[in-house]
Amino acid sequence: MNATQASAPLGGSAPNAAGSVGVAYLLHLADNAVVLGQRNAEWCGHGPILEEDIALANVSLDHIGQARLLYQLAAARMGGGASEDSLAYFRDETAFRNYTLLELPHHGPLVGYAASDRDYAVTIVRNFFYGALMVLVWDALTRSADTDLAAIAAKSLKEARYHLHHAADWVVRLGDGTDESHARAQAAVDHLFRYTEEFWLPSPAETEAVASGIGVEVASLRAAWDALVDETLAEATLSRPAVRGYVPEGKLGRHSEHLGYLLGEMQGLARAHPGATW
Amino acid sequence: MYTQAMDIPDAATKPAGVSRTPDAQDAAFEARIDADGRIEPQDWMPEAYRKTLVRQISQHAHSEIVGMLPEGNWISRAPSLKRKAILIAKVQDEGGHGLYLYSAAETLGTSRDQMLDALHSGKAKYSSIFNYPTLSWADVGVIGWLVDGAAIMNQIPLCRCSYGPYARAMVRVCKEESFHQRQGYEALLVMMKGSDAQKAMVQDAVNRWWWKCLAMFGPPDADSPHSAQGLRWGIKRIGNDELRQKFVDATVPQAEVLGVTLPDPDLKWNEARQHYDYGQIDWAEFWATVEGDGPCNRERLATRVKAHRDGEWVRDAALAHARKQQQRKNKEAA
Repeated sequence: MNATQASAPLGGSAPNAAGSVGVAYLLHLADNAVVLGQRNAEWCGHGPILEEDIALANVSLDHIGQARLLYQLAAARMGGGASEDSLAYFRDETAFRNYTLLELPHHGPLVGYAASDRDYAVTIVRNFFYGALMVLVWDALTRSADTDLAAIAAKSLKEARYHLHHAADWVVRLGDGTDESHARAQAAVDHLFRYTEEFWLPSPAETEAVASGIGVEVASLRAAWDALVDETLAEATLSRPAVRGYVPEGKLGRHSEHLGYLLGEMQGLARAHPGATW
Repeated sequence: MYTQAMDIPDAATKPAGVSRTPDAQDAAFEARIDADGRIEPQDWMPEAYRKTLVRQISQHAHSEIVGMLPEGNWISRAPSLKRKAILIAKVQDEGGHGLYLYSAAETLGTSRDQMLDALHSGKAKYSSIFNYPTLSWADVGVIGWLVDGAAIMNQIPLCRCSYGPYARAMVRVCKEESFHQRQGYEALLVMMKGSDAQKAMVQDAVNRWWWKCLAMFGPPDADSPHSAQGLRWGIKRIGNDELRQKFVDATVPQAEVLGVTLPDPDLKWNEARQHYDYGQIDWAEFWATVEGDGPCNRERLATRVKAHRDGEWVRDAALAHARKQQQRKNKEAA
């Protein structure tokens, strides 16, 4: 479950940590964190058992904390009055660069305005797929040429390890639990797996960040991610579905039908009082 | 978050009489209470003391868990990331308080499942304050300032409660509640320095919560069926009326600093009493809400029941997996 432990600094040339290089990359990382933090907080008060209610709130809190640090860094680099809240609350859906996986509701495939009960299996499997990626990403980013980002990565890596541990434990419990939990966990894997294809898709923000030694080439983490995921799925007696067709493009700003609702709820109050301090 | 005169009458439990047939165990118990000592789980205790504590501690635990809902209502809409993080942490703390308190009650021989069943069937009560809706973002701050403030008034004396596990749980709960109260007040201070709309939001929330908070201390001592026995047993330390007065006296100056009006035309300083006088609490409305007919009772309870039912398959999976693992271990050992 440990991330790959390479010690060499990230490749690339001409790091420019103090300039605007890498802002788009910071926003991609921050958007991931805020959107998943928002989603996981939806369980607060509704968890399947009190301990999980607390755990999910904790995971959510970590993600909101990561988002704040990343937005603050991006805002400082952007200048012009940008702030963590202007970036989280006053950008539109198409400006968000999060993985589509993270904006999906806690249930199986349904249209944007459908209502359904939350399914803990979807929540857990999503956290597992993303957690397995982020232990690798944050580990690599501790060696970023951008020392501010490296510091955030060091803090976030500790959190991501806990998130992965928590999610993987539950994937195994659900997969290797009852017939019902196995069926739900498998359905969640089948539903969500294709959204992980987006992880490996190149994006201009990542390409630029990699070139300047700030970011990590995510495709290079794929083998390690596969190993982490396959190990846990095997223990959970779950199978990995074949993936074909559509590859989501949330990190390019083309999202599912679900992000608009998430942001509408999250941003509504702040936007009703532009300029207000809270 | 909070519990009030955590002793809401329960038809199934009659107030126990003080007089008992004296025997050695009883005498030892009474002597320890008289000496202001602590009763621990392994100690003998009268059945009525045990029952009263289970009722009180489980009501308190249920209040924490149900209390997550009115504030949870604003997590997704918190208007800044800082406030969102503070609110998630606060609601999470409340879940944590629920856990300590269920654990403290379990030391008295009642399981968490039994207590949850009592909550879900409507037999067990929780603090009635959570049966009111949170209608604006300012409610989050006002709940921190006033509801948690009232809770602290009630709970500080419980750190000296005669039952050890409860008293120790309350020390930690009170520290966190004090923090929540300061955070709530600070959030309101910021809003009161903001736009007219923000100020109006705060005043409206104060108007809606003030009287409900005064009622949180429970009925006047004269009408409070459990108060006398609770005081005798060191489960309750200070009467409802005295706590309510302390709360009013502490809160009026805070309202002045904040710049809000407390919605009570009779609220004024009484030089002779050296206390603030205040108006009549609407006890009919309070009791209607306690009895289940408040604005949100049904929603709160149904939401808890739904979360528990929807989560059953998850809990079953965890148990089934643990059993499978145990069986595998046993096989390996054989």
